[in-house]
Amino acid sequence: MPVKLTIDGQEVEVEAGSTILQTADYMGIEIPRFCYHERLAIAGNCRMCLVEVEKSPKPVASCAMPVAEGMVVKTDTPMVKKAREGVLEFLLINHPLDCPICDQGGECDLQDETVAYGRGKSRFEENKRAVEDKDFGPNVKGTMTRCIHCTRCIRFITDVAGVPELGATGRGEHMEVGTYVEKALSSELSGNIVDLCPVGALTSRPYAFTARSWELKKTESVDVLDALGSAIRVDTRSNQVMRILPAINDDINEEWLGDKSRNSYDGLLRQRLDRPYVRNKKGKLEAASWGDALKAVAAKLTKAGGSKIAAIAGDLADAEAMVALKDLFTALGSANIDCRQDGAKIGGPRGSYIFNSGIAGIEEADALLLIGTNPRVEAPVLNARIRKRYLKGGFKVGAVGPAANLTYKHENFGDEAKILEAIASGKHDFAKVLKDAKRPMLIIGQGAVARADGDVILGLARKIAEATGMVTDGWNGFNMLHQAAARVGGLDLGFVPGKGGHDVAGILDGAEKGEIEVVYLLGADEIDMNRLGKAFVIYQGHHGDAGAHRADVVLPGAAYTEKGGTYVNTEGRVQVTRLAVFPPGEAKEDWKILRALAEVAGHAPGYDTIEQVRARLAQVNPVFGRLDELSPAAWEAFGAEGKVSGDAFAATIANYYMTDPISRASTTMAECTAAFVNTAAERTGTHG
Amino acid sequence: MLSDKDRIFTNLYGIHDFRLKGAKARGDWDGTKDIIAKGRDWIIEEMKTSGLRGRGGAGFPTGLKWSFMPKEVGARPHYLVVNADEGEPGTCKDRDILRHDPHKLIEGCVIAGFAMGAKAAYIYIRGEFIREAENLQTAIDECYDAGLLGKDAAGSGWPFDVYVHRGGGAYICGEETALIQSLEGKKGQPRLKPPFPAGMGLYGCPTTVNNVESIAVAPTILRRTGAWFAGLGRPKNSGTKIFCISGHVERPCNVEEEMGIPLKELIEKHAGGVRGGWDNLLAVIPGGASVPVLTKDICDTVLMDFDSLREVRSGLGTAAVMVMDKSTDIVATIARLSSFYKHESCGQCTPCREGTGWMSRVMNRMVKGNADLEEIDMLEEVTRQVEGHTFCALGDAAAWPIQGLIRSFRPEMERRIKEARANLSAA
Amino acid sequence: MTLHPEDQPWQPKSFAFTEANLAQAHKIIKRYPEGRQQSAVMPILDIVQRQEGWVSLAAMNLVGEMLDMAPMRVYEVATFYTMFHLKPVGKVHVQVCTNVPCQLRGSDDVVHACKKELGIGIGETTADGKFSLAEVECLGACVNAPVIWIGDDFYEDLDAGSTVKMIEAFKRGETPKAGSQTGRQTSAPAGGPTTLKDAGPTTLKGDA
Repeated sequence: MPVKLTIDGQEVEVEAGSTILQTADYMGIEIPRFCYHERLAIAGNCRMCLVEVEKSPKPVASCAMPVAEGMVVKTDTPMVKKAREGVLEFLLINHPLDCPICDQGGECDLQDETVAYGRGKSRFEENKRAVEDKDFGPNVKGTMTRCIHCTRCIRFITDVAGVPELGATGRGEHMEVGTYVEKALSSELSGNIVDLCPVGALTSRPYAFTARSWELKKTESVDVLDALGSAIRVDTRSNQVMRILPAINDDINEEWLGDKSRNSYDGLLRQRLDRPYVRNKKGKLEAASWGDALKAVAAKLTKAGGSKIAAIAGDLADAEAMVALKDLFTALGSANIDCRQDGAKIGGPRGSYIFNSGIAGIEEADALLLIGTNPRVEAPVLNARIRKRYLKGGFKVGAVGPAANLTYKHENFGDEAKILEAIASGKHDFAKVLKDAKRPMLIIGQGAVARADGDVILGLARKIAEATGMVTDGWNGFNMLHQAAARVGGLDLGFVPGKGGHDVAGILDGAEKGEIEVVYLLGADEIDMNRLGKAFVIYQGHHGDAGAHRADVVLPGAAYTEKGGTYVNTEGRVQVTRLAVFPPGEAKEDWKILRALAEVAGHAPGYDTIEQVRARLAQVNPVFGRLDELSPAAWEAFGAEGKVSGDAFAATIANYYMTDPISRASTTMAECTAAFVNTAAERTGTHG
Repeated sequence: MLSDKDRIFTNLYGIHDFRLKGAKARGDWDGTKDIIAKGRDWIIEEMKTSGLRGRGGAGFPTGLKWSFMPKEVGARPHYLVVNADEGEPGTCKDRDILRHDPHKLIEGCVIAGFAMGAKAAYIYIRGEFIREAENLQTAIDECYDAGLLGKDAAGSGWPFDVYVHRGGGAYICGEETALIQSLEGKKGQPRLKPPFPAGMGLYGCPTTVNNVESIAVAPTILRRTGAWFAGLGRPKNSGTKIFCISGHVERPCNVEEEMGIPLKELIEKHAGGVRGGWDNLLAVIPGGASVPVLTKDICDTVLMDFDSLREVRSGLGTAAVMVMDKSTDIVATIARLSSFYKHESCGQCTPCREGTGWMSRVMNRMVKGNADLEEIDMLEEVTRQVEGHTFCALGDAAAWPIQGLIRSFRPEMERRIKEARANLSAA
Repeated sequence: MTLHPEDQPWQPKSFAFTEANLAQAHKIIKRYPEGRQQSAVMPILDIVQRQEGWVSLAAMNLVGEMLDMAPMRVYEVATFYTMFHLKPVGKVHVQVCTNVPCQLRGSDDVVHACKKELGIGIGETTADGKFSLAEVECLGACVNAPVIWIGDDFYEDLDAGSTVKMIEAFKRGETPKAGSQTGRQTSAPAGGPTTLKDAGPTTLKGDA
């Protein structure tokens, strides 16, 4: 029901239940605020947003006051001006004003609002309060003397992250935000409180004292350290990534980002492959020119050719590179290509391997079955979305898989695959819960499909979806959660074995037996390198990780911050990263390496520019032509019939903080590992 | 002067037995069932007729407050919460009810609870009142044994439970939404209003929070009629009231008197007068720490009720009369109150958290005159910056005593500053 | 108030309720509706304090577990309410009210007497751990000012002399009689009430 009111003389109609502040925001009338944040619960404590409401003798906190019919609000009266000045003065009296050494300087709400609304002079003659700094762990630096007690961080950690470790102890002017027992914040989303903090009380520990915000060049891009494709902003200074922040994408990450995606960036500077290497006769990798390296690779590939060569695409590979590699291998007559390093038994119709409901669709669901997945570590931002839905109530969550604290209440039915048979046949209680739901949903993780009977399990998941009404007109609750940013793109462009070709397991078997002589690793580091036998291995990628150590030729590629690369997220949404810095040394964008290689090998492809590669992608699969869109996938048969094994679903991620060559190279992530993973046994759990 | 037959709290001083037997002898639990039989509307109307205004300080009409509860009990149960978190400096009236006349409170709970559709009451009693909570619990236990509480309270057919909940030492929990938070096992920080407790209070359910005295007088009012209560005192300021007279009087005491009794009469009749005689009076804080101080000229004539005290820019508050004779260091006294508010600020909202500390520090300097003359105005401005800008009334309460001091004793403050200056330059 | 548990040698490794106290705690939980057991946090912390004299981290963690509360939420409560002692205090914890009504009637003298008699300052504990001294806000017994709160009782109408006497009694291991130290009837005016002089029970049925 709409409500009519007046703000600053302008009449406006908004939905009942809106607050004055929301209405003013909508009208473009600025009301300053510190504690209010549109994605957090309303606290009303900072009092910065006070406005005058006719018939109310006192100014009113606009963030907390619902609009009412006929309300007359004024935001520009002397009463309001005085109220704002007063609040600001109070906030500043005990604030250290150490802006020159504060990392928030230049992007500080307190600074900005003081400029805009402050009285310009301090009348405070007493000693300022000092507060001990707090240790919040490797991601967040606490300089709590600067805290203005807005409680945004507490509300985020408690409500959004669901890890109630942060609070305000003491009272009055002795109230302090902290963990009380000097505990590092164990949430995978802890870095977000740095963004939320309107002052410099919580700043980024990795970024501490490395740059001033105004020196930074800001590039909007897409994260690739999980499969969500969260919007990010890459802040750089003279060809170095100084920090990574979330950007807003309501469909994917709202404005949150996982700590790994946020703070692995120091890994972009370490263990980088910055020039080509070729293993010499003594067995040592030796620096080589691009020309020599490409010639060596081309010679091996063309000589062996056909079924004796194979290519594996890694988890961070961009679609341009994958299509170029696929085209080259097709030209060389090989069908031995695969993008599923973990051996996941997926790749059927598109609807079988994407998150059909969309991430935002989670909020519309009313029952959820998790199959072989721990979204908290596989995609913490998506997990926060599940929690958000859970907090609204009327949302039952069941899980088949390893037990875990997911931050919301759920029932774990066990970790045996056969439970799925019971659900599919309707014998299990949860089948009824799903059936009774209007919009039931399942999320199947890679832990359920990356196993020998993965295709049978996938089939069972399909049966569950069909039997419980998950796929209806306008709703598809069958969702696969990926962990690799490259995976959906790889499947979309068919980076899977062609006719007679081998998958990853087959390639490794072949290499071990000597049947496959040349293996091309496009950023593939997660396979068992010991099984490559005597094969000649080419590693194209950006980090000196497992693959490069095994390689006979190393071709230095670009990381996601150094190229415009196409990635398709777990939802099937096509997005493009943007070049924020140039690749180091002689490293090059990956598709260019492959195009050059193809030319040296005598199979020059028909594309020379990035536009042409993307046209080629769209030709291979039209989804690549639809950027930032969700294309509903047709519902077709998939999965296999058969018996499931007695093996329990295993956790696929032992350490959230290190899952890929970039995060493994990051010292921050090493610190997180030490703080959270290696001490996990000692930590006292929180309920969830 | 109020006659004893019109006094409600006939065991105010604990001379008699506080237990059920004694209470019944004093008329408690007499015809409770019949009162309830008259129905909700009758009870609320009678309370409205009585003109009873909340005895916790704000003076909101009690009958009206009860009428705000939803008429029908829906899926969410209704709750009565009794505010026994007596902590306003100067105030110790509820203590006497709790320890000496607990049955009046319990009977009031049953009747008020019935009138608002509540089947349970929580009595939130300040943690320091350990003996008082013991007496109260004893009385409650007796009521269960006697069938006055439980599935069929007092034979009325209305089920009713009363629980005692002890606080932990936080003045702010006297604020009704902070009290609810505290009762839910959280920090006692006031909640945003709206929503109001009558819609969403304890556990998100419709809740009414009433002061001990407001609930404890209800049974007598309903037995003796609202008109009887309304006939005492002045219109809109009716009834009887327990006054707490402390400070520089000959015989500090609690006493139940008629509303609107002249302050001077109250002090002289019951407290033996001001120490050293009326003319030795400097000032009175008439309604607990949160109301502005009155100078003697006003005290000479002012009446003790809500509207009379409001007219002289103070308030009846909890009717805790703090008397100060001429030996009083008035600046130090107000500074002590400022320190109290600083200590008791919950810390949630900016103006109170920061302002109470600032005001307290400046006040402490004012005691010695260690300040500039201009700082008196600045202090005044700071109080205005706190007043009306906070979450709850604690900010106002912290501001008003200082405003009262500056209004009434500015020359004294200036004198100290000048004297300190002079001493400094002499040294 | 940042506490580094490892820096606090007095923090015990564990806490357990006595059987009787555990039963009492469970009884208290039942006062609140199902799922609202968090309401019991203050009463149960109070039981902890009655058992141990103060509230340790180990106890707070256990209470959190009992009530299905995050430990942080228990710490918030324990640090918000001044009645909870987060480190050990003396066996006889002397809490003197110094708010205005007490101040007006000589609480400064009472504080002074306490300091002198106990040989400690505010916030301190005697070397033998028997006494500690604290200044507190209004105790709500203002017409019987000045007031000291010890254990479960208030000592009222004090002056320096009666304060010393009272403390001496505690030193001897006695528990002196609580209430007014001048011997008057609770909150009635000294020398006898001015009202309610008729000692007989009154019945106020109807419009008497």
